[in-house]
Amino acid sequence: MSRMLSFTLRRLLITIPVMLAMSVLVFMIIRLVPGDPVRTMLGFRATDANVAELRDQLGLDRSLLSQYLSWLGNLLQGDLGTDIISKAPLTELLAQRLPVTLELTGLSMLTAIAIGVPLGVWSATGGPLVRRLTEGFVILGISIPDFWLGIMLVLLFSGIFLLLPPSGWVPFAEDPVENLRRMILPVLTLAVGEAAYFLRTTRSAVGTVLEQPFVTFLRAKGVSPRRIVYGHALRNAGPSIVTVIGIQVGVLLGGAIIIETLFALPGVGRLVVTGITQRNYPVVQAGVLTIATIFIVVSLLMDLLIGWLDPRVSDAGTS
Amino acid sequence: MSPVLDIAQAGVRFGTGPAAVKDVSLRVAQGEIFGLVGESGSGKSTIANAVMGLLPATARLDGSIRLNGEELVGLSESALRVRRGDEMAMIFQDASASLDPTWSVGDQIAETIRAHRPVSRAEARARAIALMGEVGIADAARRYRDVPHRFSGGMRQRIVIAAALANHPKLLIADEPTTALDVTIQAQILELIDRLRRDHGTTVLLITHDLGVVGQVCDRVGVMYRGELLEVATTEDLFTRPAHPYTRALLAANPAGAVRGSRLPVIPQEWSTESLDAANAARDRRAAHG
Repeated sequence: MSRMLSFTLRRLLITIPVMLAMSVLVFMIIRLVPGDPVRTMLGFRATDANVAELRDQLGLDRSLLSQYLSWLGNLLQGDLGTDIISKAPLTELLAQRLPVTLELTGLSMLTAIAIGVPLGVWSATGGPLVRRLTEGFVILGISIPDFWLGIMLVLLFSGIFLLLPPSGWVPFAEDPVENLRRMILPVLTLAVGEAAYFLRTTRSAVGTVLEQPFVTFLRAKGVSPRRIVYGHALRNAGPSIVTVIGIQVGVLLGGAIIIETLFALPGVGRLVVTGITQRNYPVVQAGVLTIATIFIVVSLLMDLLIGWLDPRVSDAGTS
Repeated sequence: MSPVLDIAQAGVRFGTGPAAVKDVSLRVAQGEIFGLVGESGSGKSTIANAVMGLLPATARLDGSIRLNGEELVGLSESALRVRRGDEMAMIFQDASASLDPTWSVGDQIAETIRAHRPVSRAEARARAIALMGEVGIADAARRYRDVPHRFSGGMRQRIVIAAALANHPKLLIADEPTTALDVTIQAQILELIDRLRRDHGTTVLLITHDLGVVGQVCDRVGVMYRGELLEVATTEDLFTRPAHPYTRALLAANPAGAVRGSRLPVIPQEWSTESLDAANAARDRRAAHG
């Protein structure tokens, strides 16, 4: 237990500089816009008074360091800034939008794992036919672009079979069944490609483990093939699979931006897209910051999981 | 008394290749340590895997292998699995590679028990701790939860031995069990195997290329060359009166008896089939007269 505790503390310490570096990057986005960001935001019809007001509001007349520090200070108090168009506090706006994105990516991830990992194990242990079938799925899943698959699924399930609504969103608290029904198509769209990655990773990781000498010793002990695969091979393959899941969370969050737009889901991704088209930089900043934070937190959780699965990882550097 | 292990005219062929093991017959009595020596590729490990039913799917096995009078050749994989780890066990050269790095050592010992006995988790755990103590792991109860990389190579081989012998099998096959260890640890592991066979009456088939190991613990020895069993003798006879010219060459090449500064004799690279036949005939004549 103390092994995992010290590993967790060490890993948490590493997260602090990562978060700081990320905040600097996000902060710089708005400052790297060519020309005057305030004029870009307000458009060419803005009066000088408007520009001066917004510049003052954003604090752009102060030094970079002092701007960054006050922004960071506000962040640490949970204040993400203000939407320059609606004047709404961004913290509230994101609190509304975040659950949608989390539900979409979370369900997609779980679906992809539920499809990809068992198929990967099946592929690693099955015969040539199984191998060929799963290989076909991998090639299709990785090659088909999300947005195309989404459109095709909408055509099929809402255009031809009239089974599912093509887009839109209902809060889970209001109508859980309708909420999940409307999530099916976007979740499937995101999950198919991810499932293909997880299948491929699981197959190669489990296959590699099954060639290890300790598997021969397990067989010599009379351990059943089922237990060898699920008790030993999958556990040893776990760190590789979890690593890929952690990386793919980032891909999935990126994909969510497209899918939220396609299916009209009011998530963080669509907020960012709208923010970009309206040159509403504080919104873009807050949205990107939120998504990046989710990614860093997920990476942290995945690393802790790997440390728990493989004692050699969490032992490293202790003694 | 009937032998625990009775191999008769066993042959192994991989795919369409030449025979890896040809017409090997040997019997090992209960409680005996039988050494099988030979250079790499002589077929000694193939025999071990044939007995355990661990040959790859491409291998063809014929002849007869009996364990306690029961024929093993032709048994299904599931029938063999029930016997592995229960009636017969095997340990391998590299103990570090034989253990699952993510499982605690104690659970890996308990796993052998639970694969064959309907005992509770707690009961298996208690037995595993007792076994760890028996093979010389100090403070076994506390170390039960430790993973393999926290043990030294010699300790890991002790854990492998405990996991293999957890159900007190009649036969233990040890395939180069000390090759990866340094000399002092080697001697300790051999002593442990010797002690366990005396305590439990376990029959041991010890596979090695090291004649020093043979001299230390084996009762009888078989010499293998190119898939054939050239001669079987008591350890004393093998060292003092080797019957086969190949055995003499092997003994002469043993660095333990070499004179410092002199060159070690080299075993001729290729023994032609004719010379092998002639040598076998000479051995048989001597055996008939002796």
